[in-house]
Amino acid sequence: MIRAILIFNNHGKPRLSKFYEHYTEDTEQQIIRETFHLVSKRDENVCNFLEGGMLIGGSDYKLIYRHYATLYFVFCVDSSESELGILDLIQVFVETLDKCFENVCELDLIFHVDKVHNILAEMVMGGMVLETNMNEIIMQVDAQNKMENTFLWELFIGIKPEIGSNFK
Amino acid sequence: MPAPIRLRELIRTIRTARTQAEEREMIQKECAAIRSSFREEDNTYRCRNVAKLLYMHMLGYPAHFGQLECLKLIASQKFTDKRIGYLGAMLLLDERQDVHLLMTNCIKNDLNHSTQYVQGLALCTLGCMGSSEMCRDLAGEVEKLLKTSNSYLRKKAALCAVHVIRKVPELMEMFLPATKNLLSEKNHGVLHTSVVLLTEMCERSPDMLSHFRKLVPQLVRILKNLIMSGYSPEHDVSGISDPFLQVRILRLLRILGRSDDDSSEAMNDILAQVATNTETSKNVGNAILYETVLTIMDIKSESGLRVLAINILGRFLLNNDKNIRYVALTSLLKTVQTDHNAVQRHRSTIVDCLKDLDVSIKRRAMELSFALVNGNNIRGMMKELLYFLDSCDPEFKADCASGVFLAAEKYAPSKRWHIDTIMRVLTTAGSYVRDDSVPNLIQLITNSVEMHAYTVQRLYKALLDDISQQPLVQVASWCIGEYGDLLVSGQCEEEEPIQVTEDEVLDVLEGLLVSNLSTPVTRGYSLTAIMKLSTRFSSVNRIKKVVSIYGSSIDVELQQRAVEYNALFKKYDHMRPALLERMPIMEKTASNGPTEIVQTNGETEPSMGESKHPPPIGQPANQANDLLDLLGGNDVPVIQTTMPTKTASSGGELLDLLGDLSLSGGPAPAPAPSVPTSQPTFLLDGISSQPLFNDIAAAGIPPMTAYNKNGLKIDFTFERANPNPNIAVITIHASNSTEADMTDFVFQAAVPKTFQLQLLSPSSNVVPALNQGTVTQVIRVLNPQKQQLRMRVKLTYTHKGSAFQDLSEVNNFPPQSWQ
Repeated sequence: MIRAILIFNNHGKPRLSKFYEHYTEDTEQQIIRETFHLVSKRDENVCNFLEGGMLIGGSDYKLIYRHYATLYFVFCVDSSESELGILDLIQVFVETLDKCFENVCELDLIFHVDKVHNILAEMVMGGMVLETNMNEIIMQVDAQNKMENTFLWELFIGIKPEIGSNFK
Repeated sequence: MPAPIRLRELIRTIRTARTQAEEREMIQKECAAIRSSFREEDNTYRCRNVAKLLYMHMLGYPAHFGQLECLKLIASQKFTDKRIGYLGAMLLLDERQDVHLLMTNCIKNDLNHSTQYVQGLALCTLGCMGSSEMCRDLAGEVEKLLKTSNSYLRKKAALCAVHVIRKVPELMEMFLPATKNLLSEKNHGVLHTSVVLLTEMCERSPDMLSHFRKLVPQLVRILKNLIMSGYSPEHDVSGISDPFLQVRILRLLRILGRSDDDSSEAMNDILAQVATNTETSKNVGNAILYETVLTIMDIKSESGLRVLAINILGRFLLNNDKNIRYVALTSLLKTVQTDHNAVQRHRSTIVDCLKDLDVSIKRRAMELSFALVNGNNIRGMMKELLYFLDSCDPEFKADCASGVFLAAEKYAPSKRWHIDTIMRVLTTAGSYVRDDSVPNLIQLITNSVEMHAYTVQRLYKALLDDISQQPLVQVASWCIGEYGDLLVSGQCEEEEPIQVTEDEVLDVLEGLLVSNLSTPVTRGYSLTAIMKLSTRFSSVNRIKKVVSIYGSSIDVELQQRAVEYNALFKKYDHMRPALLERMPIMEKTASNGPTEIVQTNGETEPSMGESKHPPPIGQPANQANDLLDLLGGNDVPVIQTTMPTKTASSGGELLDLLGDLSLSGGPAPAPAPSVPTSQPTFLLDGISSQPLFNDIAAAGIPPMTAYNKNGLKIDFTFERANPNPNIAVITIHASNSTEADMTDFVFQAAVPKTFQLQLLSPSSNVVPALNQGTVTQVIRVLNPQKQQLRMRVKLTYTHKGSAFQDLSEVNNFPPQSWQ
C-alpha cells in the first residue's frame, strides 16, 4: 500500500501532498520536511530507495523517489509494493502529466494543483494502484474536464444542464 | 462584497512574497476574506474559495473551517462543485471529526447517480477516507457496483471494496460472490484491481486462500497471454505488455502457492517461462524478474527453478543500476536462510558491495555478509569486515562491531586470532561497542592462559597510543593489573617482547586516573589494577602513596576503593597476597544447570566485609558423605572441594568459609577448587591456588560404557586437561531407553586412596525416557601416581514410582585415561 505521495521542489516547498493514512496537519508538514531532508542529501548516482524516516512509520516503510529537473516525486510505500514497480509508476505518472499539460514544468503544477490531484485520483485510489495505462487515464480526465466545462458554459448562457451522458 | 479572487491570482500573489512573514500575512488576509464569504452562504463562489483553502492547506496553514463548506459543495448538483468538494473532503476530513458522517448520505446518493464520473468521485472518496461506520453503511452499494459491466466503475469499486475490507474485515464474505467472474474481464484496469482485491482477501483469511486456489490455472493463463501476445500498443511499456499486471499476478501466485504443493506445481512452468523470456535491458523487465524470483523462493518450487532464481539474483548484483543491486541484496538476505549454499557462491560480489558509496546498499551488504560468515571463510570475511568497520559511517559501527564479535565467537580459528580481532575492533570502533563486550573480552582473555603475556603486551602498547576509547582502556587496565608481572618480565612468545619497567607501567595507570578522558568506571578499573600490582611489583611504596591520595577523592566510588585498599595495606597486610592473587578461569554461563547461582556483585569489587557468596554446592558434599558410609574402609573416598571461590581470608575475624581450602598457592596435589558457577564479575578477586586449566583439549581417549542395566546406560567420555596431565576430566552421559522418565537421578562415585575425585553438578536430575536426552556430569580425577584408574559407582533414581538403587564397579577404563 502507498502511504503518501509527495511532490516538492529543490528547496523543499511542497507542490502536492496526498496522504492515504491519516495524520494531523502538523505531522503532515513535519513529514514533508523530514522527507525533504532525507531525499535532498542523496547523491545523484545512488539508488532510489531510502528507508523511511521515523515519523512516517519506521523500518517497514520505504521512500521511493525520482528527481526530475527541479522536482522530487516521492512515494512512501510499505513492503507489499514492489519497489521497481513503483519506480515505473512514478514514470507513468510524470508522462501522464506531461501529456495533459503539454511539456509540464513546475509552474503548471503550481497553478493547477487541483488538476494534478484529479489526475492522481485516476491512478491511485486509497493507497492502491488503480490504473496504469496512460491513455486510459488521460481519456477519463479529459472526459471529466469536459463535463466541468459543459456545466460552466451552460450555466453562463442560462440552459439547465442535462446530466446523463455516459462517456466511455 | 467584491468577488473573491481566483485561485490563480492568489497563487501569483503568494509567490511574490519575499519572506515567510509576508506570505503569512497575505494568507491570513485571504483567509479572513474567505471566512466572510462563507458566512454569506454564497453559492457561486464557494467552489473557488474552497480551492484556495486547499492550496493554503498544502502550504501548511490551518484550514479546518472549510470542512463544512466541503460538505455543502458535495451536496451541490454541479460537477465542478462536487469535484472540489470531494477533493476537499479527502484532504481536510478524516474519521476523527464527526462532521464526516454527514457525508454518508451524499455519497450514497452519488453512488447511484446516473453519471459515471460522479459515481467515480464518490467511490474514490469512500475508498480513500471512509470510516468504518461509513463503510458498513455503504458496503452494499459498493458490492452492487462491483457487478456492473461498466469497467470504469468496476475497477474503482474493486479498490473501494479493498478499503472496506480493511476497515471492516467482517464484511469480506459479502464480496465473495461478486468476485466470481472478475478475472474473466478483458479490461486490464479491472483485471489489475481485481487481482489486488483477491490478494487482499487471501492475505486476510486462510479460508479465502483455499477457496481461491482454484483460480491458479486461470491466473496462469492470463499471465501466459500477456507474455505471448506480442505487441499490444495500449498496454505496452518499453516493449513489455502491461508489466504492472504481470507483477500483480505474480504476487498473487506467490500467496496462493506458498504452502501448497499442487498450486506450486501448476505454476512451475509459467515461472520458468517468465524468468527466461523477459527482456532485462530496461527497468520494467527487471521488475518482473524480481517479482518472479521472489515468487519462486516463496512457493514450493523444484530445486532447478530455485537455482535459476538465485542465478538471476547473482546477475542482478553485477548490474550497473544501483536500484537493481539494492533489490538483489534485499532478496538475497531473505533467501540466505533457506538456500545458504547457493548464496555463498556470490559471496565475493556481496563483499564488494561493502565498498559501494550508497548507504542503503552498504547496509544491506553488511547484513548479508554477516549471514554468510562460516567456519571456512571466517578469516577472509573478517578482514573485509574489519576494513569496512574502519571506514564506515558511525551509524553502522555499532551494528558492525556487534556482528564481528558474534561471528568471531562462533567461528574463531584460534585464540590468538580471536583476541587480535577483538582488539582491532576496540581500537577502531571502541566507543561504539556494546557494554557487555568488556566483560566478555575479559573472560575470553582469562580463558586463554597461554596468550596472557601476548595479550597484556598488545594492550599495553594500545594504551600508549590512545586512551580515549573507554572499553579498550578498561580491558587494558584490568589485564595489566592481572598480568603486569608478565609484562615487565618480558616473557612474550608470540611477539617481540617489549622492555617495560614497573615505573613506566605505573605511570600509564596513574595517567588514566588523572586523565579527563577517563570515565569514573575506567578510573575504578585503573585504581584496582594499581592495587593488584602491589603483589606483583616491587615498588609497593609508590602504590601505597597513590592509593592513599585517592582516599580523599571527591568521587565516592574511588574514595571507597582507596580507603579499603589503604586498610588492606595497614591492617591486613598479611592477607594482601592472598586477596590479590590471579583470577581463576571463568567458565561460561551456559554450563552446568541447577547450581548456577549467578550472583552478580555489581561492577565493583570486593570490599572487605562483603559476605555475598553463592551457597556452597551442598550436593556433592552429601554424596561424599553417603559414599563414606557405604564403602567403609576399603576405598578412601573423595575429597569434595567444590566450595565456591570467593573472598575469603586465611584467618582473622573475616569470613571463615573455606576452612579446608588451602589458600596460599599450595602444591599441586591439592585439588583445584572448582568454579562451578560462573563468576559474573571478573573483577571479583577470588581465591585460587592455581590458575585453573581452560581449554580442554580432547586428547583422543576413546569413550566407554561404564554401566548398562535396566534401561539406564552411562557412558564416560574423556578429556585431558591442559596443562596438568595428571588430571583426567570425565564426562558421564546418562541415557534412558525405557518408556518412563527416571527422576531424582543421583550419580555418586568413589575412587581408591591414591586418587582424588571431584564431582561437579549434573545438568539435571531427570533422565528423559526413550533416549530423548542425556544427563551429563563432569568428574575430575587427579592421579599423580599414574595408577590404574578404578571407580565405584552408586546410582539412585526413581522409575515408574519406585526407587531404584544400584552399586557397580567400573574397571574398564582405557589405559590412556590414566597413563
